[in-house]
Order: sequence, then C-alpha cells, then structure tokens
Amino acid sequence: MSIDFVVHDADDSVGVVVVEGIKAGQTLTGWVMHQDQTVTFAVSNDIPIGHKLATRDLAEGDTVIKYGVDIGRVVKPIKQGEHLHVHNVKTKRW
Amino acid sequence: MEIKGRKFQGYRRENGRVGVRNHVIVLPVDDISNAAAEAVANNIKGALALPHPYGRLQFGADLDLHFRTLIGTGCNPNVAAVIVIGIEPGWTNKVVDGIKTTGKPVEGFWIEQNGDHNTICAASKKAKEFVQYASEIQREECDISELWVSTKCGESDTTSGCGANPTVGDAFDKLYDAGCTLVFGETSELTGGEHLVAERCATPEVRQQFQAMFDRYSAMIDRHKTSDLSESQPTKGNIEGGLTTIEEKALGNIQKIGRRCKVDGVLDKAETPDKPGLWFMDSSSAAAEMVTLCAAAGYVVHFFPTGQGNVIGNPILPVVKICANPRTVRTMSEHIDVDVSSILKREINMEEAGDQLLEMMVRTANGRHTAAEALGHREFVLTRLYESA
Repeated sequence: MSIDFVVHDADDSVGVVVVEGIKAGQTLTGWVMHQDQTVTFAVSNDIPIGHKLATRDLAEGDTVIKYGVDIGRVVKPIKQGEHLHVHNVKTKRW
Repeated sequence: MEIKGRKFQGYRRENGRVGVRNHVIVLPVDDISNAAAEAVANNIKGALALPHPYGRLQFGADLDLHFRTLIGTGCNPNVAAVIVIGIEPGWTNKVVDGIKTTGKPVEGFWIEQNGDHNTICAASKKAKEFVQYASEIQREECDISELWVSTKCGESDTTSGCGANPTVGDAFDKLYDAGCTLVFGETSELTGGEHLVAERCATPEVRQQFQAMFDRYSAMIDRHKTSDLSESQPTKGNIEGGLTTIEEKALGNIQKIGRRCKVDGVLDKAETPDKPGLWFMDSSSAAAEMVTLCAAAGYVVHFFPTGQGNVIGNPILPVVKICANPRTVRTMSEHIDVDVSSILKREINMEEAGDQLLEMMVRTANGRHTAAEALGHREFVLTRLYESA
C-alpha cells in the first residue's frame, strides 16, 4: 500500500510527510517503521513534503518525541494532525 | 550482498596505501601563491590546482591544522604526485617534507626572488613530468578492506534521517565487518544524540575522549552564540526541508553510523587513523570543511547523503551522493549518484538500499566518476580555529 507519511517509532509524537501536495482535510496513511505498522490520520493543514504532522495532541511545554528520543519543546499547543515545525516547537539546547 | 572479500581496481602507492584516483595536484602553501598554482594547472593538462584563502600569519594550533591539512591532502593515496608552491622556501619545504614521507614524487617552488614567471615556468616543467609519470601508473586488484570510507551529510531534511542516512548506516555496518577504515564527525551536529554516540564507543577511554571533544565544541558555541542558532544549525535549508531543531537533525545524522559498528577511536581534525574501524573526527558540520578534513586524513571515497540537495564535491576525494527525497531526485537528478527514494515508498528495505550504495562505491572505486566529479565540484575549504596574528 502506498504511504503518505512515516513514523520512526510507535511512541513518537510526530510523523514525516514523504509525498508532495498534501492538503488540509486529507486522510493520510502512515507507516510506523520500527514496529512495521500502518496508521491513518486526517491532517488539518497543508503540509509540504519532509515536514511533520503531530500524531497526538501536544500542550505547551510538552516534549516532542521522534526516533524515541527528545527533539525539543512545544511552545504553542498542537492538535493531532496539525503541522509541527519551528512555529510551534523549539530546541531545548543552545 | 557480501562485501567482505570483494575486490576493486585501485592505485597502490609507494607506502602501501590504496587510492581510487590518480591526481597530480598543484598545492599552494598560502593565498598569494594561488595565481602561480592556477597558472601551472592551466599550462599542464591533467594537473589540478587547489587554491585556498589562507596560510599567512597563522600561529599555534591553527597553523598546525593548516600544515596538517595541506600535508595530509598531498599524502592522500588518491594523489599520485604533488607540486607545492609557496611565497618563500621555509614553509614550502615543510609541506614538501611532510608529503615526502609517503615516498610519492613531490617538489616545491617558491616565488620570492624568482617572481611568478620563473616559478610558473619551473613548476610547469616539473608538473609535466609528474603528469606523464602518473599516466603510466596502472590500477591493480585490491581488497575491499584496503578502502578508507568517510561520511558526512548535508542540506539534510527529514528524509535523510529515514532514508539516505540509514542507507549509509547499513553500508557502514557491512564495511566495518569487512575490515575497512571508516570515519564520521560533525561534532555540533550530534547535539541531542551525543549520548547515543557515547554509548557506541568501544572502550571507556574512547567514550571519555569523545565526550571531551563534544563538550569543548558545545562550550565554544555557548561562548559565541547570539541566538539558538536556528537557521545556522539547523540551516535555513534544513528548516525548509522540515527539520525543526538541532536535536531532530542530530538523531537523523547519527543514523549514518549504523546499528552494529563501534566507535573505535577519536581523531583531531585532519588526523590520520592508525588502524581500521570506525573513527569519530572532531570537526565542523559545514560540508566542504568536513569533506576536506576527511581527504586530509587519508580517506579515498566519501558517502554524502542529502535531502534538499547539497551539491558539494572535493578536488581529490570522490563524493557519492545519496538521496531519499523524491522531489530532490526529480529536480536535481544530475547531482544524485544513488537514488534511494523507493525506501519511503516501501519498495526496497534498508538492507537493499545499503547494497545499492556499496555497489556504487565499488564502481566509484574502480573509476566511475561521481556526479560531483563530472560536474566539476572541487570545494577545497580549510578549517580555521581562530583569527590570524
């Protein structure tokens, strides 16, 4: 089955869009690489290829998990299916 | 694919090391000798000038690194013979003597009291001899374990971490088992994943050395930073490609060292390892700087995964580009040697992608020009540690 996004690990809070032209409202099929599972989500924003969507609701101050590891902190609340990037997540280093 | 025991056709040098290219280089010691070096390379077809902007008024560790990089570049087994040109004889001969330890042909020329004209004339005559000498050297059968392979990624995006970088990781695991000499680096670009690299160090001593290098680099960034480095590290291109933080970029980056191989030792910038295995080099994360340091350390093939499409090459080190981003492989196909975008369509697995890269590595070692070589990318960028005196 063709996939629209990949998730490294089932515990991750983000997935990566791997096809072009994803529009708000589409239902996407994702592949959880580590567990080799398939998941589906509706996206609420247009998301460019390579950009991330939240796979769960995240509150301000929450830690974002990718590869099963901390990749930064949420600075604005993010709903499942929303675009997650520099506008709502920042580094905890530097 | 079983890579252990595979053979390739390489150039065996006087000191026993094996190269995959046969360059005659014209190496300026300093910025003001670039014009003469480029004139020699223009006169003699097959000679390659390596101009750069430094070499005057440097001192201390920064000067040591300058010499180590120039001498290491000349010593690299992808180089058959070297013309060195400097403004004066002292530092010129220092570089000549360093390269001479390999046993390969090398000769120095200096401009003071000779002028550009006489220097260019004398150096061109010697360069012609060297080019003709090199043209008669034959490739011979070499074992894969004699190959030194470096890696560094650039203009990464999220597809690097799930496609191109783990492809390199799969290949590195296999090359490690085959007894090759490997290196990775990019010290600041491990930030957020440094604990994972520390866990992969082969001994407590190596772990301590790695941690000290990482901590020193982090302290340097803390000393100079005026922001959280967003748009510098991660770069503007990384962010355009979907990478949000340095931690996310780092976790993608370290996919390049695979799952099994251990970090057997650490290297200073441009330092040559003394045994096979996987080495960590304390180094800049800027592509041309890091690849130049790998060439100076003696590496002969480079794996360069990219997401958004970094176009870098090196004058003496063939840079093999790997990409998993379907948009980049469509819009920038002339730059990509190994297209692994089918990983993200689930059409091939990582094991198969790693094998495709290894197959391209063997073809490159046998003489196939990489995309960067064919396009004339010859970025030669020396790392500086601080201001000149």
